[in-house]
Amino acid sequence: MRLIFITLLALLLATAVGLGATWITATRGTDLGTLTIGAWTARPKTGTADVDPYSRASIARSGELPVGTGDGVAFSATTDDRKQPLDGRCDVVVSGVTPAARFWTLTLYDQNGHLVANSLQRYGFTSEEIVREADGTFEIRVAARARAGNWLPTGGIERYALMLRLYDTPVGVATRTARDAPMPSVAVVGCP
Amino acid sequence: MIRLLFTIIAGVLLGGVVHLVSVLALPRIATNDAYSRLAPVTQVNAVTALPLADPNHAPMPFMDPAFAQAVCRYDLSDGPIKLTVPVSQAYTSVSFYTRSDVAYYAINDRSAGRKLIELDLMTEAQHAALPEEEDVTAADRLIIDSPTATGLILLKALAPEPGLMPQAQASLAAASCKVQSDLPAKQAEAPMAKR
Repeated sequence: MRLIFITLLALLLATAVGLGATWITATRGTDLGTLTIGAWTARPKTGTADVDPYSRASIARSGELPVGTGDGVAFSATTDDRKQPLDGRCDVVVSGVTPAARFWTLTLYDQNGHLVANSLQRYGFTSEEIVREADGTFEIRVAARARAGNWLPTGGIERYALMLRLYDTPVGVATRTARDAPMPSVAVVGCP
Repeated sequence: MIRLLFTIIAGVLLGGVVHLVSVLALPRIATNDAYSRLAPVTQVNAVTALPLADPNHAPMPFMDPAFAQAVCRYDLSDGPIKLTVPVSQAYTSVSFYTRSDVAYYAINDRSAGRKLIELDLMTEAQHAALPEEEDVTAADRLIIDSPTATGLILLKALAPEPGLMPQAQASLAAASCKVQSDLPAKQAEAPMAKR
Protein backbone atom coordinates (compact mmCIF):
# COMPACT_ATOMS: atom_id res chain seq x y z
CA MET A 1 0.00 0.00 0.00
CA ARG A 2 2.76 2.36 0.97
CA LEU A 3 4.77 1.48 -2.13
CA ILE A 4 1.81 2.31 -4.37
CA PHE A 5 1.33 5.63 -2.62
CA ILE A 6 5.00 6.57 -2.99
CA THR A 7 5.12 5.56 -6.65
CA LEU A 8 2.01 7.60 -7.36
CA LEU A 9 3.51 10.57 -5.58
CA ALA A 10 6.71 10.33 -7.63
CA LEU A 11 4.77 10.07 -10.88
CA LEU A 12 2.54 13.01 -10.01
CA LEU A 13 5.57 15.08 -9.10
CA ALA A 14 7.27 14.09 -12.37
CA THR A 15 4.22 15.13 -14.41
CA ALA A 16 3.89 18.45 -12.60
CA VAL A 17 7.60 19.31 -12.82
CA GLY A 18 7.99 18.16 -16.43
CA LEU A 19 4.88 19.74 -17.92
CA GLY A 20 5.30 22.85 -15.78
CA ALA A 21 8.82 23.39 -17.07
CA THR A 22 7.62 22.84 -20.65
CA TRP A 23 4.78 25.32 -20.18
CA ILE A 24 7.15 27.98 -18.81
CA THR A 25 9.75 27.55 -21.56
CA ALA A 26 7.11 27.50 -24.31
CA THR A 27 5.34 30.65 -23.12
CA ARG A 28 8.23 32.75 -21.82
CA GLY A 29 10.95 31.44 -24.12
CA THR A 30 14.52 30.60 -23.20
CA ASP A 31 17.81 32.42 -23.53
CA LEU A 32 19.01 29.84 -26.03
CA GLY A 33 20.43 31.59 -29.10
CA THR A 34 19.05 35.00 -28.21
CA LEU A 35 20.61 38.27 -29.28
CA THR A 36 19.86 41.03 -26.77
CA ILE A 37 20.65 44.68 -27.53
CA GLY A 38 19.29 47.17 -25.01
CA ALA A 39 15.61 46.39 -24.52
CA TRP A 40 15.45 44.37 -27.75
CA THR A 41 15.67 40.61 -28.11
CA ALA A 42 15.88 38.59 -31.30
CA ARG A 43 16.27 34.90 -32.02
CA PRO A 44 17.85 34.91 -35.48
CA LYS A 45 18.10 31.10 -35.53
CA THR A 46 14.31 30.71 -35.51
CA GLY A 47 14.44 31.74 -39.17
CA THR A 48 16.73 28.85 -40.13
CA ALA A 49 16.44 25.08 -40.37
CA ASP A 50 18.60 24.60 -37.24
CA VAL A 51 16.14 26.24 -34.87
CA ASP A 52 16.45 24.94 -31.29
CA PRO A 53 13.72 22.65 -29.83
CA TYR A 54 12.58 25.25 -27.30
CA SER A 55 11.94 27.86 -29.99
CA ARG A 56 10.15 25.24 -32.09
CA ALA A 57 7.89 24.40 -29.15
CA SER A 58 7.15 28.05 -28.51
CA ILE A 59 6.41 28.72 -32.21
CA ALA A 60 4.09 25.70 -32.37
CA ARG A 61 2.25 26.89 -29.28
CA SER A 62 1.77 30.50 -30.37
CA GLY A 63 0.86 29.68 -33.99
CA GLU A 64 3.05 32.33 -35.60
CA LEU A 65 5.34 31.90 -38.60
CA PRO A 66 8.88 33.11 -37.77
CA VAL A 67 10.60 35.54 -40.15
CA GLY A 68 12.97 33.57 -42.39
CA THR A 69 16.64 34.53 -42.35
CA GLY A 70 16.74 35.40 -46.06
CA ASP A 71 13.80 37.74 -45.45
CA GLY A 72 14.83 39.57 -42.29
CA VAL A 73 15.00 39.43 -38.53
CA ALA A 74 12.48 40.35 -35.80
CA PHE A 75 13.43 42.09 -32.56
CA SER A 76 10.89 42.35 -29.77
CA ALA A 77 10.81 44.49 -26.65
CA THR A 78 8.50 43.97 -23.69
CA THR A 79 10.44 46.23 -21.32
CA ASP A 80 12.15 49.61 -21.52
CA ASP A 81 15.94 50.07 -21.33
CA ARG A 82 15.77 49.82 -17.52
CA LYS A 83 13.99 46.44 -17.73
CA GLN A 84 10.67 47.85 -16.49
CA PRO A 85 7.66 46.26 -18.27
CA LEU A 86 6.07 48.48 -20.93
CA ASP A 87 2.80 49.95 -19.66
CA GLY A 88 0.24 51.21 -22.19
CA ARG A 89 -0.88 53.99 -19.86
CA CYS A 90 2.61 55.55 -19.80
CA ASP A 91 4.34 57.70 -22.42
CA VAL A 92 7.22 55.77 -23.95
CA VAL A 93 9.68 57.22 -26.46
CA VAL A 94 11.42 54.95 -28.96
CA SER A 95 14.22 56.98 -30.50
CA GLY A 96 17.52 56.78 -32.28
CA VAL A 97 18.62 54.82 -35.30
CA THR A 98 18.05 51.31 -36.60
CA PRO A 99 20.57 48.82 -38.02
CA ALA A 100 21.19 48.78 -41.76
CA ALA A 101 18.17 47.37 -43.56
CA ARG A 102 16.29 48.09 -46.76
CA PHE A 103 13.04 48.47 -44.86
CA TRP A 104 11.95 48.15 -41.27
CA THR A 105 8.60 48.13 -39.52
CA LEU A 106 7.75 48.82 -35.88
CA THR A 107 4.50 47.25 -34.66
CA LEU A 108 2.67 47.20 -31.32
CA TYR A 109 1.00 43.98 -30.15
CA ASP A 110 -0.82 42.90 -27.03
CA GLN A 111 0.58 39.93 -25.13
CA ASN A 112 -1.19 37.41 -27.36
CA GLY A 113 0.25 38.88 -30.55
CA HIS A 114 -2.90 40.70 -31.63
CA LEU A 115 -2.91 44.25 -32.91
CA VAL A 116 -4.41 46.86 -30.60
CA ALA A 117 -7.56 48.58 -31.85
CA ASN A 118 -7.54 52.37 -32.24
CA SER A 119 -9.56 54.88 -34.21
CA LEU A 120 -6.64 55.84 -36.49
CA GLN A 121 -6.01 52.22 -37.47
CA ARG A 122 -2.40 52.96 -36.68
CA TYR A 123 -0.80 49.67 -35.66
CA GLY A 124 2.80 50.56 -36.40
CA PHE A 125 5.17 52.50 -38.62
CA THR A 126 7.28 51.56 -41.61
CA SER A 127 10.68 53.10 -42.30
CA GLU A 128 9.16 54.98 -45.25
CA GLU A 129 6.35 56.78 -43.48
CA ILE A 130 8.18 57.88 -40.35
CA VAL A 131 8.98 61.58 -39.78
CA ARG A 132 12.71 61.99 -39.15
CA GLU A 133 15.03 64.67 -37.80
CA ALA A 134 17.55 66.33 -40.14
CA ASP A 135 20.27 63.90 -38.99
CA GLY A 136 18.19 60.85 -39.89
CA THR A 137 17.23 59.85 -36.34
CA PHE A 138 13.60 59.43 -35.42
CA GLU A 139 11.43 59.58 -32.34
CA ILE A 140 8.22 57.60 -31.89
CA ARG A 141 5.87 58.43 -29.01
CA VAL A 142 4.05 55.34 -27.76
CA ALA A 143 1.17 56.61 -25.66
CA ALA A 144 -2.52 56.13 -24.93
CA ARG A 145 -3.52 59.73 -25.84
CA ALA A 146 -2.70 61.61 -29.05
CA ARG A 147 0.81 63.07 -29.27
CA ALA A 148 2.55 65.30 -31.82
CA GLY A 149 4.88 63.71 -34.35
CA ASN A 150 5.05 59.93 -34.75
CA TRP A 151 2.31 58.77 -32.39
CA LEU A 152 1.79 55.04 -31.88
CA PRO A 153 -1.43 54.47 -29.85
CA THR A 154 -1.42 51.82 -27.11
CA GLY A 155 -5.16 51.85 -26.52
CA GLY A 156 -4.36 52.12 -22.81
CA ILE A 157 -3.74 48.37 -22.39
CA GLU A 158 -1.62 47.38 -19.45
CA ARG A 159 1.10 45.30 -21.10
CA TYR A 160 2.25 45.38 -24.69
CA ALA A 161 5.16 44.33 -26.85
CA LEU A 162 6.93 46.29 -29.55
CA MET A 163 8.31 44.42 -32.52
CA LEU A 164 10.95 45.91 -34.80
CA ARG A 165 11.37 43.87 -37.95
CA LEU A 166 14.31 44.51 -40.26
CA TYR A 167 13.91 43.36 -43.84
CA ASP A 168 16.79 42.61 -46.21
CA THR A 169 19.41 43.24 -43.57
CA PRO A 170 22.93 42.03 -42.77
CA VAL A 171 21.81 41.60 -39.13
CA GLY A 172 21.31 37.91 -38.37
CA VAL A 173 22.84 34.79 -36.93
CA ALA A 174 26.37 36.31 -37.00
CA THR A 175 25.40 39.52 -35.17
CA ARG A 176 26.70 39.73 -31.60
CA THR A 177 26.86 43.31 -30.32
CA ALA A 178 25.23 46.72 -30.53
CA ARG A 179 28.11 47.91 -32.73
CA ASP A 180 26.85 45.69 -35.57
CA ALA A 181 23.24 46.54 -34.86
CA PRO A 182 22.56 49.93 -33.22
CA MET A 183 19.01 49.61 -31.88
CA PRO A 184 16.76 52.52 -30.87
CA SER A 185 16.42 53.28 -27.17
CA VAL A 186 13.14 52.65 -25.32
CA ALA A 187 12.54 55.11 -22.48
CA VAL A 188 9.55 55.88 -20.26
CA VAL A 189 9.11 59.66 -20.13
CA GLY A 190 6.05 59.87 -17.93
CA CYS A 191 3.27 57.94 -16.30
CA PRO A 192 -0.07 59.42 -15.30
CA MET B 1 11.69 10.22 5.91
CA ILE B 2 14.51 9.00 3.70
CA ARG B 3 11.98 7.20 1.59
CA LEU B 4 10.03 10.43 1.04
CA LEU B 5 13.20 12.29 0.07
CA PHE B 6 14.05 9.53 -2.36
CA THR B 7 10.55 9.77 -3.82
CA ILE B 8 10.94 13.51 -4.37
CA ILE B 9 14.34 13.16 -6.04
CA ALA B 10 13.01 10.38 -8.27
CA GLY B 11 10.00 12.53 -9.13
CA VAL B 12 12.12 15.53 -10.11
CA LEU B 13 14.49 13.41 -12.21
CA LEU B 14 11.56 11.76 -13.96
CA GLY B 15 10.11 15.27 -14.39
CA GLY B 16 13.22 16.24 -16.36
CA VAL B 17 12.57 13.36 -18.74
CA VAL B 18 8.90 14.33 -19.07
CA HIS B 19 10.00 17.91 -19.82
CA LEU B 20 12.43 16.92 -22.58
CA VAL B 21 9.97 14.53 -24.19
CA SER B 22 7.12 17.05 -24.09
CA VAL B 23 9.26 19.86 -25.57
CA LEU B 24 10.29 17.62 -28.44
CA ALA B 25 6.75 16.34 -28.93
CA LEU B 26 5.01 19.73 -28.78
CA PRO B 27 5.58 20.72 -32.45
CA ARG B 28 4.09 17.39 -33.53
CA ILE B 29 1.02 17.43 -31.34
CA ALA B 30 0.24 21.19 -31.46
CA THR B 31 -3.23 21.68 -32.92
CA ASN B 32 -3.12 25.45 -33.11
CA ASP B 33 0.18 25.99 -34.92
CA ALA B 34 0.41 28.11 -38.05
CA TYR B 35 -0.06 25.19 -40.47
CA SER B 36 -3.19 23.97 -38.67
CA ARG B 37 -4.58 27.51 -38.55
CA LEU B 38 -4.01 28.06 -42.27
CA ALA B 39 -5.03 24.60 -43.52
CA PRO B 40 -8.82 25.21 -43.39
CA VAL B 41 -8.62 28.57 -45.20
CA THR B 42 -6.14 27.68 -47.94
CA GLN B 43 -6.20 25.39 -50.95
CA VAL B 44 -3.52 22.85 -51.73
CA ASN B 45 -1.04 23.94 -54.41
CA ALA B 46 -2.69 27.29 -55.06
CA VAL B 47 -2.05 30.82 -53.86
CA THR B 48 -4.56 32.06 -51.28
CA ALA B 49 -4.46 35.70 -50.19
CA LEU B 50 -4.59 36.12 -46.42
CA PRO B 51 -6.87 38.79 -44.96
CA LEU B 52 -5.05 41.82 -43.61
CA ALA B 53 -4.24 41.59 -39.94
CA ASP B 54 -6.64 43.63 -37.82
CA PRO B 55 -7.24 43.72 -34.06
CA ASN B 56 -10.29 41.47 -34.03
CA HIS B 57 -9.26 38.65 -36.28
CA ALA B 58 -5.93 37.75 -37.74
CA PRO B 59 -5.10 34.37 -39.26
CA MET B 60 -1.96 34.17 -37.13
CA PRO B 61 -0.55 36.13 -34.17
CA PHE B 62 2.32 38.59 -34.68
CA MET B 63 1.54 39.30 -38.34
CA ASP B 64 3.15 42.41 -39.76
CA PRO B 65 0.26 44.74 -40.71
CA ALA B 66 2.43 46.61 -43.25
CA PHE B 67 2.49 43.57 -45.53
CA ALA B 68 0.06 42.01 -47.94
CA GLN B 69 0.46 38.27 -47.43
CA ALA B 70 -0.54 35.17 -49.32
CA VAL B 71 0.05 31.49 -48.70
CA CYS B 72 0.61 28.51 -50.92
CA ARG B 73 0.06 25.32 -48.97
CA TYR B 74 1.96 22.73 -50.95
CA ASP B 75 1.89 18.99 -51.30
CA LEU B 76 4.73 17.61 -53.40
CA SER B 77 3.38 14.07 -53.69
CA ASP B 78 2.02 14.85 -57.18
CA GLY B 79 5.31 16.28 -58.40
CA PRO B 80 7.46 19.39 -58.05
CA ILE B 81 5.89 22.82 -57.64
CA LYS B 82 6.65 25.84 -59.76
CA LEU B 83 6.28 29.15 -57.97
CA THR B 84 6.27 32.53 -59.70
CA VAL B 85 5.83 35.77 -57.79
CA PRO B 86 5.94 39.16 -59.52
CA VAL B 87 8.03 41.68 -57.63
CA SER B 88 6.06 44.55 -56.12
CA GLN B 89 7.29 48.15 -56.04
CA ALA B 90 8.79 48.18 -52.58
CA TYR B 91 9.79 44.81 -51.23
CA THR B 92 8.72 41.24 -51.88
CA SER B 93 9.83 38.09 -50.13
CA VAL B 94 9.07 34.39 -50.26
CA SER B 95 9.57 32.17 -47.19
CA PHE B 96 9.32 28.39 -47.06
CA TYR B 97 8.15 26.46 -44.00
CA THR B 98 7.93 22.73 -43.33
CA ARG B 99 4.77 21.05 -42.09
CA SER B 100 5.98 21.77 -38.54
CA ASP B 101 6.59 25.51 -39.21
CA VAL B 102 10.39 25.41 -39.52
CA ALA B 103 11.56 28.25 -41.81
CA TYR B 104 14.04 26.36 -43.98
CA TYR B 105 14.47 28.90 -46.77
CA ALA B 106 13.61 32.52 -47.51
CA ILE B 107 14.53 34.82 -50.38
CA ASN B 108 13.75 38.46 -51.14
CA ASP B 109 13.35 40.29 -54.42
CA ARG B 110 16.89 41.66 -54.42
CA SER B 111 18.54 38.26 -54.04
CA ALA B 112 16.23 36.93 -56.73
CA GLY B 113 17.42 39.86 -58.85
CA ARG B 114 14.62 40.07 -61.40
CA LYS B 115 11.13 41.37 -61.97
CA LEU B 116 9.83 37.92 -61.23
CA ILE B 117 10.82 35.54 -58.44
CA GLU B 118 10.80 32.07 -59.98
CA LEU B 119 11.48 28.94 -58.01
CA ASP B 120 11.09 25.20 -58.36
CA LEU B 121 10.25 23.40 -55.16
CA MET B 122 10.76 19.66 -54.91
CA THR B 123 11.62 16.95 -52.43
CA GLU B 124 15.20 15.70 -52.33
CA ALA B 125 14.13 12.47 -54.06
CA GLN B 126 12.51 14.42 -56.92
CA HIS B 127 15.62 16.60 -57.23
CA ALA B 128 17.82 13.52 -57.43
CA ALA B 129 15.55 12.06 -60.12
CA LEU B 130 15.91 15.13 -62.39
CA PRO B 131 17.63 14.32 -65.67
CA GLU B 132 21.14 15.72 -65.46
CA GLU B 133 20.99 17.58 -68.79
CA GLU B 134 17.98 19.55 -67.77
CA ASP B 135 19.80 20.60 -64.64
CA VAL B 136 22.64 22.06 -66.70
CA THR B 137 20.60 23.89 -69.35
CA ALA B 138 18.46 25.50 -66.69
CA ALA B 139 21.33 26.75 -64.59
CA ASP B 140 19.45 29.96 -63.86
CA ARG B 141 16.53 27.99 -62.45
CA LEU B 142 16.47 28.18 -58.70
CA ILE B 143 15.68 24.79 -57.19
CA ILE B 144 14.70 24.49 -53.54
CA ASP B 145 14.70 21.15 -51.74
CA SER B 146 11.86 20.74 -49.30
CA PRO B 147 12.64 18.58 -46.25
CA THR B 148 8.99 17.51 -46.01
CA ALA B 149 6.43 16.63 -48.68
CA THR B 150 3.95 19.18 -47.33
CA GLY B 151 4.44 22.68 -45.98
CA LEU B 152 3.73 26.35 -46.46
CA ILE B 153 5.10 29.05 -48.75
CA LEU B 154 4.46 32.54 -47.39
CA LEU B 155 4.49 35.36 -49.97
CA LYS B 156 4.82 38.89 -48.64
CA ALA B 157 4.69 42.27 -50.36
CA LEU B 158 5.37 45.44 -48.41
CA ALA B 159 3.06 48.45 -48.54
CA PRO B 160 5.42 51.23 -47.31
CA GLU B 161 2.38 53.46 -46.75
CA PRO B 162 -1.19 52.32 -46.08
CA GLY B 163 -2.28 53.80 -49.44
CA LEU B 164 -0.02 51.42 -51.33
CA MET B 165 -1.65 48.30 -49.89
CA PRO B 166 -3.91 47.67 -52.93
CA GLN B 167 -0.83 47.62 -55.19
CA ALA B 168 0.95 45.17 -52.90
CA GLN B 169 -2.13 42.94 -52.84
CA ALA B 170 -2.46 43.15 -56.61
CA SER B 171 1.11 42.02 -57.16
CA LEU B 172 0.54 38.98 -54.93
CA ALA B 173 -2.72 38.23 -56.70
CA ALA B 174 -0.67 37.67 -59.86
CA ALA B 175 1.51 35.05 -58.16
CA SER B 176 1.08 31.41 -59.05
CA CYS B 177 2.00 28.16 -57.40
CA LYS B 178 1.20 24.93 -59.18
CA VAL B 179 2.35 21.44 -59.88
CA GLN B 180 4.74 21.45 -62.82
CA SER B 181 3.36 20.15 -66.07
CA ASP B 182 5.52 18.10 -68.40
CA LEU B 183 5.86 21.00 -70.84
CA PRO B 184 9.30 22.57 -70.99
CA ALA B 185 9.43 25.35 -68.47
CA LYS B 186 10.72 27.91 -71.01
CA GLN B 187 7.43 28.12 -72.92
CA ALA B 188 5.41 28.96 -69.90
CA GLU B 189 7.87 31.62 -68.81
CA ALA B 190 8.01 33.67 -72.00
CA PRO B 191 4.74 35.67 -71.86
CA MET B 192 5.21 36.45 -68.19
CA ALA B 193 8.73 37.81 -68.61
CA LYS B 194 7.54 40.68 -70.83
CA ARG B 195 5.78 42.41 -68.01
